[in-house]
Amino acid sequence: MIADKLQAIGRNTLNRFVRVGRGSVFLWQILLSLPYLIQRPMLLIRQLYYVGVQTLLIILVAGLFVGMVLALQAYIVLVDFGAEDSISLMVSLSILRELGPVFTGLLFAGRAGSALTAEIGLMKSTEQLSGMEMMAVNPMKYIIAPRFLAGVIAVPLLTSIFMAIAIMGGYFVAIEMLGIYEGVFWSQMQVNVDFYTDLMNGMIKSLVFGFVVVWIAVFEGYDCIPTSEGLGQATTRTVVHGSLAVLGLDFILTALMFSV
Amino acid sequence: MDIERGKVTAIMGPSGTGKTTLLKLIGGQLKPDAGTVHVDGENVHKLSQTALYNLRRRTMGMLFQSGALLTDLSVYDNVAFPLREHTALPEIAIHHLVLLKLEAVGLRGARDLMPAELSGGMARRVALARAIALDPQMIMFDEPFTGQDPISMGVLVKLIHDMNHALGMTSVVVSHDVEETSSIADYIYVISDGKVIQSGAPVDLRHSKSAWVQQFLGGVADGPVPFHYAGAPLMEDLMRVEKI
Repeated sequence: MIADKLQAIGRNTLNRFVRVGRGSVFLWQILLSLPYLIQRPMLLIRQLYYVGVQTLLIILVAGLFVGMVLALQAYIVLVDFGAEDSISLMVSLSILRELGPVFTGLLFAGRAGSALTAEIGLMKSTEQLSGMEMMAVNPMKYIIAPRFLAGVIAVPLLTSIFMAIAIMGGYFVAIEMLGIYEGVFWSQMQVNVDFYTDLMNGMIKSLVFGFVVVWIAVFEGYDCIPTSEGLGQATTRTVVHGSLAVLGLDFILTALMFSV
Repeated sequence: MDIERGKVTAIMGPSGTGKTTLLKLIGGQLKPDAGTVHVDGENVHKLSQTALYNLRRRTMGMLFQSGALLTDLSVYDNVAFPLREHTALPEIAIHHLVLLKLEAVGLRGARDLMPAELSGGMARRVALARAIALDPQMIMFDEPFTGQDPISMGVLVKLIHDMNHALGMTSVVVSHDVEETSSIADYIYVISDGKVIQSGAPVDLRHSKSAWVQQFLGGVADGPVPFHYAGAPLMEDLMRVEKI
């Protein structure tokens, strides 16, 4: 019994490592295929539309509500200390440093990442990838590379839009609902938010999250077992692993960027 | 196993004996554990990736069982795909070529349909038009007749035959449909469990002395290939109640 359990643990661990290895080789192949997109920019532009523009709506709605909720909560805490004038500081710092990149990463994994995995997995199971190989068109260049690069470009852009709309949401709640003086709202933000430590670090985070989530998504699709069950599992793994990767990396990056 | 230039060579055998695997080995999509594959004088598995892609472009077309059409492109764009990828032809020349290829398979009128709107037989004909778009020297058919109604089957048999005669293309047909395949093949290899059991012209095979080949060609339920999957005798199995 115990020997069986130990064997199972060993086997699972080895399988994990094998997958990490395959994923890394896969990433290397993607990076080698990227120059192809210089000759075929339309491939990239079409994917930017699919992964970027089509994710925009959920980002806008989520950003607006996150900003509004944040402003309300901040007010409830701050008003006890008579510090409700700092509401914009609280909203903007939490959005720029943490919530913007993390929320966008999570939403992207759920909306675009799962769609990418399902699309590529279905192409694999319907032999479209094999067919392309036999027509001497490398699917790595034609299918994977444009989707990967589109994701890496789209996530930071989506993040910056999320940040802007969330701050607008906070502004609306603070000024219109809570009666904070508008000049105080903006000047607090202007004085206390630093371009590099706050905004740039947030954007670096989003770049890392986008890279990892889209890497997981295209790998899971390309590596899936080409059956309906395998495809479902791969899509689930994209969302679960993608989301966990975003949260885990966020902690590491925050520790590196903001630790004193 | 030799596949002669300009002829229709059939590879037949029961399901799961490695017929499709063989095609993937020829195409360089899988690597053999042992042995070599030579296409047009080149060892497929010794080539660099670039050389392999060049070889595929120059010599091979493949028709997949599912058709493997790109689902986000129309019929027209699917046939134009290899031309646009591999040639620098102006769009007007591509237009002419695509229409000619589609005319050859009788689907010129269906050029604006999407793959999802095609029947199985039509999808395979579009895939055939796409496979011949670059005029390859050899075309490999993976189970072209499986799951087709009699009319589509007749159309595909005619097309494979005509392509071979009109264009002088080498054809490799992997199939287990005895009738259709023997009607167009010049030479047949019968394989089982990854080994060639017998080979020869269709007529020779029909007079084969091998009981196995006779069972396969005649579609007999029991014979050298047993009806029962290997296991303990029935009585023994029924009596073994203590396990339940």
